[in-house]
Amino acid sequence: MAKVLVVTSGKGGVGKTTSTAALGAALAQSGQKVAMIDFDVGLRNLDLIMGAERRVVYDLINVIKGDAKIEQALIRDKRVETLHLLPASQTRDKDNLTDEGVARVIEGLREKFDWIICDSPAGIERGATLAMRHADVAVVVTNPEVSSIRDSDRIIGMLDSKTLKAENGEQVEKHLLLTRYDAARAQRGEILKVEDVLDILSIPLLAIIPESTEVLRSSNLGAPVTLGSPNSAPARAYHEAVRKLQGETIVEVQKQRGLFSKLFARRAA
Amino acid sequence: MNLFNFFKKNTTSAPVARERLQVLLAHERTIVGGGESDLVAILREEIMAVIAKHLAVPQDKVQIKMDRGASVSTLEVDIEIPATLTGLRPAA
Repeated sequence: MAKVLVVTSGKGGVGKTTSTAALGAALAQSGQKVAMIDFDVGLRNLDLIMGAERRVVYDLINVIKGDAKIEQALIRDKRVETLHLLPASQTRDKDNLTDEGVARVIEGLREKFDWIICDSPAGIERGATLAMRHADVAVVVTNPEVSSIRDSDRIIGMLDSKTLKAENGEQVEKHLLLTRYDAARAQRGEILKVEDVLDILSIPLLAIIPESTEVLRSSNLGAPVTLGSPNSAPARAYHEAVRKLQGETIVEVQKQRGLFSKLFARRAA
Repeated sequence: MNLFNFFKKNTTSAPVARERLQVLLAHERTIVGGGESDLVAILREEIMAVIAKHLAVPQDKVQIKMDRGASVSTLEVDIEIPATLTGLRPAA
């Protein structure tokens, strides 16, 4: 039975799709069967980041409407065979993205996969609420920047109230993924530090993805950074995130970094 | 104005961001989340009543704060009692 993971943020452009692709690929590389669903109906991009844009035949809306079977719509990755993608529709018929339709798709996938990763659209509208609706686990993607943090806080509130788990009195397991982090700038007090963001949002840290040119380079080539640039710092951070998601205890690298930041912060203050 | 800017340049902006966010989100959570502010208000009123029974502590010396945490939330009640009111000697 699959775990449903939503990658969400509220704000756009913080790295949801990039992170979905990187986490999905890393999970699949560890032998897990992974299905990634692009919920950004009308503005699909996960196919492009995955380098599968020319292989899209059917999409999520086709499956919901019954035009195609889920097996027909799923695109199997050519690099990692346990990795699959269900693309979003390019058309603007968002009305077809229904609660029951999404529930049916997720239930169908739950039996066949270990992980279902829902790539949420930006905003707090229906696409975003449906992407998080069935989640067991949430990865909240945040940049160390005020508007991103505010929107993440809003999304955390929604995860605690609008999901099926919340309605059943349970909790969606929430993790913070801090992306585009520049440790040097944080030490100089130019951007918020990890500790600040964690303190404000009060959810546990999954990983810090350092700002890196490798992320864009991989996107350009149509590969998740974990496949396109496997030894880069972002790729290693995503792999660490995946190990944490799978419940492995990790040597607390962040703790050390936190201490360093604290020392620098004191000096700067 | 220029002098002000001159001093401002030397300070880092991240602490300002942090401060602004903390104030803003504390406010937004009570509005969007709903109910929490009412709870704090009720608690404050009742805690004040209990204290008033025994001690004449001014209203502004009682701070009540609710903090949302990952696994637990905390209710912080900070009551400043002047020594003259308690008549207690500091512990040896």
